[in-house]
Parts: sequence; structure tokens; C-alpha cells
Amino acid sequence: MAATVEPTPTLPSAVPVPQVVTRKVEREPSGFLSWVLTTDHKKIGIMYLVLTFAFFILGGVEALMMRLQLSQADNELLTPQVYNALFTMHGTTMIFLFVVPVMAGFGNYLVPLMIGARDMAFPKLNALSFWFLAMGGLVFYASIFFAPPECGWTCYSPLSDNDYLPSGGVDAWIFLVHLTGIGSLVGAINFYATIANMRAPGMGWGRLPLFVWTILVYSILLILALPVIAAAVTLLLTDRHFGTHFYDPANGGSPMLWQHLFWFFGHPEVYIMVLPGFGIVSEVLPVFARKPIFGYKAVAAATVVIAFLGLLVWAHHMFTTPSPTLVLVFFMMSSFLIAVPTGVKIFNWIATLWRGTIEFKTALLFSAGFIGTFLIGGITGVFLAVFPIDWQLHDTYFVVAHLHYVVVGGAVFCIFAGLYYWFPKMTGRLLGEGLGKLSFWLMLIGFHVTFLIQHSIGLDGMPRRVFEYPDVGNLELYNLISTIGSFILAAGIGVTIINVWRSLKNGAVSGPDPWKGNTLEWFTESPPPTVNFDTIPRIRSVEPMKDIRRQIAQQTSGATALAQPAEAEAGRVTQGA
Amino acid sequence: MHRSRLLPLTLLASLVGLLVAAPLAGADFLTPESGGSSNADDIDTLYKYVLAVAIVVFVGVEGVLFYSLRKFRARKGAVAAQIRGNTRLEIGWTVGAALVLVVLATLTFIKLGDIRNPPNSGPDGLELADGTLVANTKEKLPPNGKSLDIEVNGQQYVWRYTYPDGDQNQLNNVFAYEEMVVPVETTVTLDIRAQDVAHSWWIPALGGKMDAVPGYTNHTWFKIPASKAGQTFRGQCAELCGRNHANMVARVRAVTPQEFERYLAQRKADIQAANQAAERQRREQEATGGQPGGNAPQGENPTGESNNPVPGSPGGTNEDER
Ligand code: HEM
Ligand SMILES: [Cu+2]
Ligand SMILES: [Cu+2]
Repeated sequence: MAATVEPTPTLPSAVPVPQVVTRKVEREPSGFLSWVLTTDHKKIGIMYLVLTFAFFILGGVEALMMRLQLSQADNELLTPQVYNALFTMHGTTMIFLFVVPVMAGFGNYLVPLMIGARDMAFPKLNALSFWFLAMGGLVFYASIFFAPPECGWTCYSPLSDNDYLPSGGVDAWIFLVHLTGIGSLVGAINFYATIANMRAPGMGWGRLPLFVWTILVYSILLILALPVIAAAVTLLLTDRHFGTHFYDPANGGSPMLWQHLFWFFGHPEVYIMVLPGFGIVSEVLPVFARKPIFGYKAVAAATVVIAFLGLLVWAHHMFTTPSPTLVLVFFMMSSFLIAVPTGVKIFNWIATLWRGTIEFKTALLFSAGFIGTFLIGGITGVFLAVFPIDWQLHDTYFVVAHLHYVVVGGAVFCIFAGLYYWFPKMTGRLLGEGLGKLSFWLMLIGFHVTFLIQHSIGLDGMPRRVFEYPDVGNLELYNLISTIGSFILAAGIGVTIINVWRSLKNGAVSGPDPWKGNTLEWFTESPPPTVNFDTIPRIRSVEPMKDIRRQIAQQTSGATALAQPAEAEAGRVTQGA
Repeated sequence: MHRSRLLPLTLLASLVGLLVAAPLAGADFLTPESGGSSNADDIDTLYKYVLAVAIVVFVGVEGVLFYSLRKFRARKGAVAAQIRGNTRLEIGWTVGAALVLVVLATLTFIKLGDIRNPPNSGPDGLELADGTLVANTKEKLPPNGKSLDIEVNGQQYVWRYTYPDGDQNQLNNVFAYEEMVVPVETTVTLDIRAQDVAHSWWIPALGGKMDAVPGYTNHTWFKIPASKAGQTFRGQCAELCGRNHANMVARVRAVTPQEFERYLAQRKADIQAANQAAERQRREQEATGGQPGGNAPQGENPTGESNNPVPGSPGGTNEDER
């Protein structure tokens, strides 16, 4: 960029606005190219969000196809091959191509804004991250024209070895893990460097917004976990094609090695998916309760503790494998431990609502729905951590229910809260509240109808990853309920898509600060200019915008008002439109 | 203010309603299956303890959440209390959460022994000669060291069972597929192995599942009470093992010890007859210049057996090798 920014020393006009002087040499690319070639964190963030939501829709269609197949006992709609491919594509898509990168999307857009930076530390690497993600998705989805993988998102060896799945699907899956992995790793380093070095003056660690805290921890977890899965899938690749035997028990290898490596990555991955969601909620709740977050330090510390413990619980996914009792006990206890900081967070969120004045905007509804729903996922997690109980529940629909309570209740609801909360910042327009609330209620009801009953499906003896089941007991009824729920849930998601579509053109103009936010992204225009901020204020607390508003209130009673913050105040006029 | 208490109360009421309705909706609406073996029953009991604690936590937390959402909605004139935290409260609920988990861990350890360790067979169980019916593995055995040890071998997409017959040579043992016949009142220990990909052995009413991982031997046990003689317990493979995973079913049929011995003898005779027939046919084929060792019909002998044994799985269980 050939633009430099200088405050002009003397101003002819009466308004003391800092001026941006650009000495432009090259023409900015426009249209399509302006997106493809961009290194602006905001544009990259939006590309992340659009791409990952597209994958969310794909994964959702796959889920609905599976639910249709399971709506009846002994259904013959799908073949076992297609069904196996579907849950593999669905799980992989939702994890590698939706939840993890959508958080990178929010992080990209918001982290520089929230810490008062002009861009990410390495803008070009940032673009590279995005394109690696896009390539990973492309390689993976190309496999549907050949032979999609059928080994589940866990791709356990030996099933994933060449002897049993010789088609290229597994290889496509391996390349997806590699490509998205490199993208995430580069992105994580970028986040770390940005947050560590580019904070506004005065923003010490104790004044870092909680969302930024969670993105920091998300990045550290990615840096620790991704190399492990990258190594694991590389070994799988060489086993498949270059004659090695890392996972082959007939030649001294071990399938358990795969499981340990996979879950050493796989469990932190769960926290990689939910922690940024926790961060979103920690931003949204205080704004709409009009109260500071309860226990800022405890919430930030709990994030770090969860991440640390999250690295020590992986084998709770392996309670049914041949493992010594001592190992089982260790992983039960470490899993118990992790419930404590998670509980602390939930208590702090509720305490934030307590004695507030809660405004029921859609973003708040999704946050509250998240707390109530995620709690159930946390509680069923404790059941699964008790390993003798897990011997009954493991690999059944109880686990399918649990994992969706965590990833949908825990991550997706937060993502929707974030969408409704930050959409005005990204586009300058508010999402419709009516459609938003309709979407929320459909999603909440649809979600619980779909997944609550699945606990009983599992307790009734139905394993997961089965393309059909016999008509015994109440299985057919339960499954039908679940399928109906999934369509209600899909309708709810559809309403938000319509909402986004309509609001982009016709939404109420939001102004810079429609919600009276606490953090710095609300200090600039909506959408923010390329350089983000004309001036960066000195940070004096966790809620810089409160300080700024207070300062303005004092100054407007005097004669001289700063133009920039006054503009920030203008946003309130259009609020609620 | 009593209206604000309405919500938690309705919540509680609907939960109680759910609990009452549960038995009507089917035995296993809220708890795992059980009834076939004491370890399954113990898991069920442990699950109920955890469920009780879970319901208290659930109602408590959701109650406070709904209460605050109702009570503290923005109203004219309401002012949000600018509280930033409370260290005492913070420590309080951290310790509280930890205590709940200590309780759960204690309950687990109390129950663990009964779930993990097999008991002795009952007096009416199968007569287990000293030492002879005991497998030569490192698994947990009943206190008296005697159990009926059956090898369970998972293969795409069927379970194969090998019964003990006294000597250590497993090649000539009685085997069966899909349906396992066992005597009641007898402690049955299982050596669970896999021959191709990973599978998972699971008969819900007889206890938890155990994975069959190639290269490893996993263990579990069950002991079916006398009252269940004649009953069949169903289950299916619980680890994705390929396209037909959904149809890899297993049955365990409980019979009296006398019937069991008759069953074993019958199977032995059948298998021998089938093998002899196969042997005869092969010799005839060789004599007439047919393909040696070709696809002679092999009676009970399955064709799916692998010829390159995997360590940990019974090496060359192929009946032909005798
Ligand atoms: C939006 C509504 C969703 C529905 C209706 C849905 C439905 C399903 C269904 C039917 C299965 C297959 C169960 C089986 O056969 O074992 C499944 C598996 C799974 N889902 Fe979802 N799902 C949804 C959203 C999500 C999201 C947002 C995630 C995010 C991470 C997710 C992650 C997974 C995973 C990891 C699996 C396991 C895949 C495997 O077995 O390899 N799902 N889901
Ligand atoms: Cu885990
Ligand atoms: Cu299977």
C-alpha cells in the first residue's frame, strides 16, 4: 500500500479533524480482484465468513440427508456407502471447514479492530491462510466426483489403510487436513504476533477484550495441536502409498498410535472450536445486560486453564480401547478437572446477567440460548468422563447428542450471536430483529427436538455411524422426532440467511456504535475504513468505549466536541429501527 | 415477585413429569440397558447416581439463568448494578464445582471394583475343571481363577467365537459365528480381538462395550443369572468397520450348563463331520486333476478366514491346517 497517514498540522477548516493524506501511486484493484488480491484483514475476514458459511450450508445439507435416511427403520433411501461418505463429509466439513475457520474469520475481522491496530501483523500471510483454507476445501470436495472418504472424521486406522479403503477419498481427506492445517497454523502465528505486539497504547494484558483473549488461546492451541495431526496424517499417507507400517500391527505398527495422535489433536480441537465462542458471548452479554462482565480475570484465567487441561484429556475418547485401568482413571480425573473452569465460566456469565438491565436483542438471545444449551452438553460430558458409564455410552447416539450439544449449542449459537452483534460493524446495516428472533426460536426449538431425544436413542442401544437400524422398541419414533427437529433447525438457519440477504440492501443503517458497545471496534465507522482508525485513543480500562463516552459527556457540556467521538454517538439514533 | 418464580417451577415440574413419564416411554429412556449381568446393573446404578447429581445441577443452574433473564429484563427506570466481580463468590463456586466432582469420583471408585472385576461362578454354573478352562492371558480373572474364557474375534462383518476345550491349542476348538451360546450362573470372560479393522464388542444388557483392535487383546466379562436361561441378548458392533458396520450384529443366548455341554458336543461333532467331508472332497478333486486346495465346499468352515494371521489374533485358525 502506498498510502501514508499523517495528521495534517494546520487545518483551514474550523473542525479539528485529523486528516488522511494519501499520495497514491497505484490504482487500487476494484471489483472481484479487490477481494482476490486483498491483504486487508477486514476483507479477508469477510471472505472467511462467507466461505465458511457456504461450507456450513453444505454440511447442513449432508446432515439433513442423513436424518432423512434415519427417519424410518430399515430405510433404503441411501446406500451404506453413501451414508458413510455423508457422515465423513459432514463431520469433516463442520469441523475443519466451518467452526474452526469461522472463528478465524471473526478473529481476522475483529482482533485488529478490538486492539486498535491497523491490520494483522503479517497481512500477506493472512491472505495465504485464507487461500490455504479455500484450497483444502476444494481438494476435499473434489473427491465427491471420484470416491469420497468413508472412514468418519476420525479416520481410524486400519480402516483408513489402503487395504480397506483404497480409493483416493482418504487421501483427499489427508490433503484437506494438511492444507487447512497449514492455513490455520500460519493464521494462528499471525494472531499471536498481532495480539502480542500491536495493542493500542495502554492496553495491557489485563485490558485485553475477552474475545481477543480467547483468540489468543485458540491460536496457542492450534500451534500445539496441529503439528501432531499433521504428523499423524503424514504417517497415514506413507502407510497408504509408500510401504511404511506405522499403524499396521502385522508389521510392528499399532492402530492405537493413530488413536492417541488423533485425539491428542482431536480433543484440543474441541476447545479450539468452543473457546472463541465463549469469547463472543463474553463480549455480547455485558453489552446487553448493561453491566460489566462479572469476574473478568476469572473468565480470562478459566480460558487459559481450560486450554491447558484440554491438552491432558485426549484418551477419554479411548476408554473402550485395551488400556490399563490406571490410564482410564487418569483421563477420567483430568476430564473432571476441566469441568471446573467450564462451570466457573457459566457461573460468571449468569452473574453478568444478574442485576443487569437486559435488552433482548437477537444477539443476547443466542448468547442466553447458548448458556442454557451448552450446560446440557457439559453435564453429559461428565457422564462420559466416568469411564465405566462411557463403556455403555461410547460410540452411541448419546455421544452424537453430546457432541452436538457442545459444538452446535456451544459454538454455532455463539457464532450466530456474533453474527447478529457484529453484522452492523461489518456492513453498516443492522440485521432485522424480527427475523432474527424468529430464527433464534426456530433454531433453539429445532435443536433440542433433534438432539435431546438422541440421548435416549443411544441409551436404547443404537450405535452411531449406522446407515440403518431395526424397528425395535421406540427407535423408529425417536428417530423420526429427531429428523423432524433437524428440519426445524434448518428452517431457523434459513431465516437468518434470508435476513442477511435482505439486510445487506435494506437493513437499517447502524452508525458506528448501534449497541453502545464496550470495545474499540465501535469507535470507528461501520464498516471501518481501510486504515481502521484515524486516531487511536489511549486505553484506560477493559471498556474503552465507556471511558470515551463518559469523556464526551463531560466535554459536550463544554463547548469543544471532538468530531470523531461525536460521530460515534450518532449511531444511537438509528438504534432499534 | 411470585411470578418470577414461576419459570423455574414450571421447569422443575416438567422435569419431574419427564421422570415420571420415562418408565412409560420405555425402560431405557433415561438410563442404559441392564439386567443381563451384574456389571451392567452396576453401571446402571452408577449412571443413576450421576443422573441424580446432574439433575440437581441442571435445575439449579437453568433455574438461576431463567430467573435472571426474567427478573432483570430492561424496564423503565431500572439501573444495572455496576458489579465487576466478587472474589469470595468466585472461590465459592469453584470449590463447589470441584466438590461435586469429588463426590462423583468417589462414587465411581466405590462401584469400579464390581464393574471391572469378574466374580466367581455360581454353584449352579458350569463345572469348571481346575485351571483347564482358563485362558492363558493377563486378563482379570474371578477370585478363584476359574472362568469360561471365550475368544471373540471381530472381522468384517461378523463376530467369531472360539470356545475353550481344555488344551492350549486353539486350532481344533469349537467355534461359532454371530450367536454365542453360554451357560447361566457361569462367569464368562472374553478375549476380544480383531482380525482386519477395529470393531467393538457390545451387548448392552450384558455390560459395557470393549473395542476389538487389531494387534491387541481386550477383555470384559459377564455372568448371566439363572433366571435368564433361554433368553437371547442382542447387540451390534459399535466401532465403524466399513460399509456393513450397521449389520454386524451379535447375539448371546443363555442356556443351562447341561444344555451348554450338549451344545458344545454337538458343535464339535458337526465341525468334524464338515471338515472330513471337505477333506474327502479335496482328495477326490486332486485325484481327478481338479484344482488342488481349490474352492472345495467346506461346510461350516468359512471362506472369509485370512491366511496371513495377524499377531494377537488366533494364528491360522483355518481348519484346513490340521
Ligand atoms: C445443523 C444441524 C446438524 C445436524 C442436523 C447434524 C446431524 C448429524 C448427523 C445425522 C450425524 C451422523 C451421526 C452418525 O451417523 O453417527 C452427525 C455427525 C456429526 N456431526 Fe453433525 N449435525 C449438525 C451440525 C453439526 C455441527 C455444527 C457440527 C460442528 C462441528 C457437527 C459435527 C458433527 C460431527 C463431528 C459428527 C461425527 C461425524 C462422524 O461420525 O465422523 N454437526 N451430525
Ligand atoms: Cu474430548
Ligand atoms: Cu463395526
